[in-house]
Amino acid sequence: MSTPTESTPIAPVADAEPTGGFRALVGRNVRQSGMLVALLIAVVFFQLTTGGVMLKSLNVTNIFLQNGYILVMALGMLLIIVIGNIDLSVGSVAGFLGAVAAILMVKVGLDPILAVLLTLVAGGVIGVWQGFWVAYLRVPSFIVTLAGMLLFRGATLWILGGQPVGPFAESFRAISSGFIPEVIGTFGDPFGGAEIALLTVGKWALVIPLGGGPLNLTTLLLGAVLSAVLVLLTWRARAEQVKYGFSVPSLRQFWLRNALVIVGIMFVAYRLAGYKGLPMVALIAFILIAFYMFLTTRTVLGRRIYAVGGNAKAAMLSGVNSKRMVFLTFVNMGVLAALGGLIISARLNSATPNSGYGFELDIIAATFVGGASAYGGVGTVAGTVIGALFFGVLNIGMGTMSIPIDYQFAIKALVLLVAVYFDVRSKNKEG
Amino acid sequence: MSDVLLEMRGITKEFPGVKALKEVSFSVRPGEIHALVGENGAGKSTLMKVVSGVYPTGSYEGQFFFKGEECHFHNIRESEQKGIVIIHQELALVPHLSITENIFLANEQATRGVINWSKSHAKAIELLKKVGLHETPDTKISHLGVGKQQLVEIAKALSKNVELLILDEPTSSLNENDSQALLQLLREFRSNGIACVLISHKLKEVESVADTITVLRDGAVIESLDATTGDVTEDRIIRGMVGRDMTHRYPPREPNIGEVLLEVKNWKVRHPVYDDRMVINDVSINVRAGEVVGIAGLMGAGRTEFAMSVFGRSWGHFVSGQVLKHGEEIDVSTIPKAVANGLAYATEDRKTYGLVLMNDVKTNVTMANLPGVSNRGVLIPPKEITVANEYRKALNIKTPSVKQITVNLSGGNQQKVVLSKWLFANPDVLILDEPTRGIDVGAKYEIYTIINRLVAEGKAIIIISSELPEVLGVSDRIYVMAAGRIAAEMPAAEATQESIMKAIMRLARAGAEEVLL
Repeated sequence: MSTPTESTPIAPVADAEPTGGFRALVGRNVRQSGMLVALLIAVVFFQLTTGGVMLKSLNVTNIFLQNGYILVMALGMLLIIVIGNIDLSVGSVAGFLGAVAAILMVKVGLDPILAVLLTLVAGGVIGVWQGFWVAYLRVPSFIVTLAGMLLFRGATLWILGGQPVGPFAESFRAISSGFIPEVIGTFGDPFGGAEIALLTVGKWALVIPLGGGPLNLTTLLLGAVLSAVLVLLTWRARAEQVKYGFSVPSLRQFWLRNALVIVGIMFVAYRLAGYKGLPMVALIAFILIAFYMFLTTRTVLGRRIYAVGGNAKAAMLSGVNSKRMVFLTFVNMGVLAALGGLIISARLNSATPNSGYGFELDIIAATFVGGASAYGGVGTVAGTVIGALFFGVLNIGMGTMSIPIDYQFAIKALVLLVAVYFDVRSKNKEG
Repeated sequence: MSDVLLEMRGITKEFPGVKALKEVSFSVRPGEIHALVGENGAGKSTLMKVVSGVYPTGSYEGQFFFKGEECHFHNIRESEQKGIVIIHQELALVPHLSITENIFLANEQATRGVINWSKSHAKAIELLKKVGLHETPDTKISHLGVGKQQLVEIAKALSKNVELLILDEPTSSLNENDSQALLQLLREFRSNGIACVLISHKLKEVESVADTITVLRDGAVIESLDATTGDVTEDRIIRGMVGRDMTHRYPPREPNIGEVLLEVKNWKVRHPVYDDRMVINDVSINVRAGEVVGIAGLMGAGRTEFAMSVFGRSWGHFVSGQVLKHGEEIDVSTIPKAVANGLAYATEDRKTYGLVLMNDVKTNVTMANLPGVSNRGVLIPPKEITVANEYRKALNIKTPSVKQITVNLSGGNQQKVVLSKWLFANPDVLILDEPTRGIDVGAKYEIYTIINRLVAEGKAIIIISSELPEVLGVSDRIYVMAAGRIAAEMPAAEATQESIMKAIMRLARAGAEEVLL
């Protein structure tokens, strides 16, 4: 029996042949990691304009301290956006839940641990409320969460009675301003006083001054462990690809890429170690990042969320319970908004009627800048993290340069537009 | 004016890594119907996109002339100004706007930006008369069936003083009557001097209506046949398309039919919006293990609606009815339950309902059975790849790798991915809704072969098709549906196209009398 389509040509392989070298590495990854490049450019830019202050230990630590809550909530926002919705209420919800936690601890006198748990549950309940409206009553998420934004802002004012509530116990404040305990000990910085001069442009010199306080060895060790784990995981993934005959980057590219990653991680670890070590909030964020990376790429649940976002009808007709998926993304967002609210309250050492105000915009911007698609179905955890760090660097850099707040808003707005434009353009070229 | 309306010389169009057109020369005479045929991926649509400016000048090599003038279109607007209008397979109408608004979209009948509605409506009525569509011009597009929407598209083309009308698969989603009406319309246009390029997989139509037939294969013109003499047969065209003779259009099958596997009894469903409309009215069917049951009927007979409502009530408001498997009632009230009970439904609209186009082949293949490639909710990537590769091999899916994004596959291969998805869910009863719509002869044959393999394994297949030869060719038994009811049931061996059409007409008449009484 003859099959009549033997003559149909097979579409050519789009993947390039594996090639080596730095150039190929950049060419191959520039589109996927366009934002990573933008992040590096921003760092270099501020390093130049602030006379080398940007990459000091304190500032690197501050990027995490000041943006931890954005990172945490952006992870929830990512799932919401990937499934094709939006949540405008996160700022208000976080503010409200921060206030709830404050009242539980200060007015009711609950133990911080119990208060934190109750607040997380309350976040879940808010997620259930909003998710129910969106998923089962089919009210567009834009409307539901716009209502939520107003509702929870009002609720915050109401429960606080218009007054800030605080201060909190040291144990609670540790979640945003604490550092991991130093279990090994500290060590004098061998590079103290040295500096890495990368290039000089006119009066500007790109110099990375080294040294700071004594190094916290636990943080350095954690950095080394993280590097090793990442190399191991990417190595295993590569081996798997090879086993199934997929085209993979050459070994040289593989190691080059990993070397860059290790340098990046170890530099950040070195910087953090030179101040007070790894901030608790960064630890929380890293754990969540790892968890959501796993969820989005390796679980049935994650796969279904992306399928619903990519084509809700096709997913539904394949037996995916689309409504439940949408519902769950909102519950998840509620819990993460609670965590965000706790971090904000702990950081300010009080819950104020205004806390969390406008944060939803930073969070949404970070997610979109990180490559999530407004049409759903597309977006990665790594991208979102880069997007959040990008805004963090921007905030700190502009702050250090003493740029007035009005300009800061305008600059961030333009950055958002341009970043998403480049993303859209590169995707159009690809398609 | 010369005797050539459109002349294309040495057109070469490359996409990254693939030459879609190789030195194609193609010409259309004024007032002829010129059919362009070829398998999927042969380059038909690409060629027409060059003509209509979808691919702007500079993105291809070669030159082309329209009415003796060399053309360098930068966009569709420029080609339309010259009188070249293309109607794509996916209609470009705005569902929430009226017929008039759609006809004059981007061409509004306005003075200084203010629309002259009476003039617009008057012109629309005139155009609708020309295409034979009897609807008031303020009817919303969403209230029209696909056939009528197609006519609106043509009316829209006429409003632009078209001289060359390009139709890409105009009848792929039309039923027999609407298709015939459309072809008749093209003949009328011909007598009015409008030339037409018709891209179609329906070779019977091509044979009946075309003056010239150009066959493309792998991006090159194989031959141009003069069809006015009447000696160009369907088989002759196919030979050009696939490069050899095809002895069987439908692979033979040894029937091995067992017990009744699935039975649907007294199925009644109301319209999801218009609650007074009983769209499925007391339908009962059954299918046996190892049997292919065809459901024939016209567009709008309720076949898709019936199938989808049985499959997890995914269409309409369920009223009453039972589904029995091996004689025992099963719960199919949600899609996951229907899937768990061994049902699968492969949709007629693979792009909208079948695939997540932005995802790759393996992700789509495993979508309906993720537990099959995971362990306690955690995916096992190697297993996923292995499974996808198995189906790629078994169904001969042509893709460089299972990591290819499905939007890049041809229609036939996309359909095979949809089939793979359901085969991996391992159903007992597979409902195939228009499984070969818009795919080429060769891929059709492969799909029929897969169907044969499945029934040989003892599965039951229900196939819904608007193409009567297909229903007759692949089924063991045929139900004829009309107006939401079963009009007739007949063994395929005894059925003919005429007997099916008669059954439909009989029920339509009975229905009309019922209304009168």
